[in-house]
Amino acid sequence: MDNLTESEQRLIETIQGGLPLVARPYAAVGEQIGLTEAEVIASLAHLIQIGVIKRLGIVVRHRQLGYRANAMVVWDVPDAQVTAIGQQLGQFDGVSLCYRRARHLPEWPYNLYCMIHGKDRNAVLRDLDKLIAIYNLSHIPHQVLFSRRCFKQSGACYTFRSVTICLPQRAAGGG
Amino acid sequence: MMDAITRKIINQLQGDFPITEQPYAQVAERLGITETELLQQLTNLLDQGLLSRFGPLYHAERLGGGLTLAAMPVPENKFDQVAAQVNAFPEVAHNYARNHELNMWFILATEQPERIDEIIQEIEAQTGLPVYNMPKQAEYYLGLKLEV
Repeated sequence: MDNLTESEQRLIETIQGGLPLVARPYAAVGEQIGLTEAEVIASLAHLIQIGVIKRLGIVVRHRQLGYRANAMVVWDVPDAQVTAIGQQLGQFDGVSLCYRRARHLPEWPYNLYCMIHGKDRNAVLRDLDKLIAIYNLSHIPHQVLFSRRCFKQSGACYTFRSVTICLPQRAAGGG
Repeated sequence: MMDAITRKIINQLQGDFPITEQPYAQVAERLGITETELLQQLTNLLDQGLLSRFGPLYHAERLGGGLTLAAMPVPENKFDQVAAQVNAFPEVAHNYARNHELNMWFILATEQPERIDEIIQEIEAQTGLPVYNMPKQAEYYLGLKLEV
């Protein structure tokens, strides 16, 4: 955030709740913060390029779309293979997030996490079987952690400086 | 039931929204509908609560905040009590019970990255239970596709 310009910060704040649903949304945003349409377009392109904006588009609510089961699948992958396998898992259709995380040896050897969403648990497990078969992962130790209950969903928005970020539900096991 | 065009919008607009002067017109053309229809559909989806928003998904850490995944092994008979203690922290979000010895999983988000460790220590002190910090080391993100 420190290396963002003041106008970039204003832009980030202004569009955090969504883009205006009008024919020229970037012109409309620019009008609100004193930038031209071209400046807004250039800034957005830059923010996407440096990864501050991960995606621009529809942010869905999984549950409302009928995706009621989510599993966090954790894998114990040799360090030398984690990037390659992580990239494979990330490409699989049912996988919404795939992260490498720190292990906690000896009790927690897992270093690769992926979230699989499905209509129900069986659908999630079928996807997992498919994934293991396609990428030949049967030798990689893994565990499937289904969510049983969700205790806190409302706190899914945080404010960093003046920008409020709301994580989508799928981030639950992934962050 | 969701109609074909709604499905198409959800499946094709989860990223890569154009950054051009008339992005909706451009997307509408690709979908074979008019710009007005697309804007109406998006408004409906938002009103129905199927979308949380139409806009950016930010990368929290790159905005300067701290973000991590944490897990705790909580005895079943103390679960609700510990959940209440943990959830009382405003930095805690997305707290899920999961089927493992590490049975409580939540996201910690702080305005300052260095606060993560302090909050973890505070949770450990209050609950008397260990908190496992599972910080993200890499992200293999290749564009979410949730098919409907």
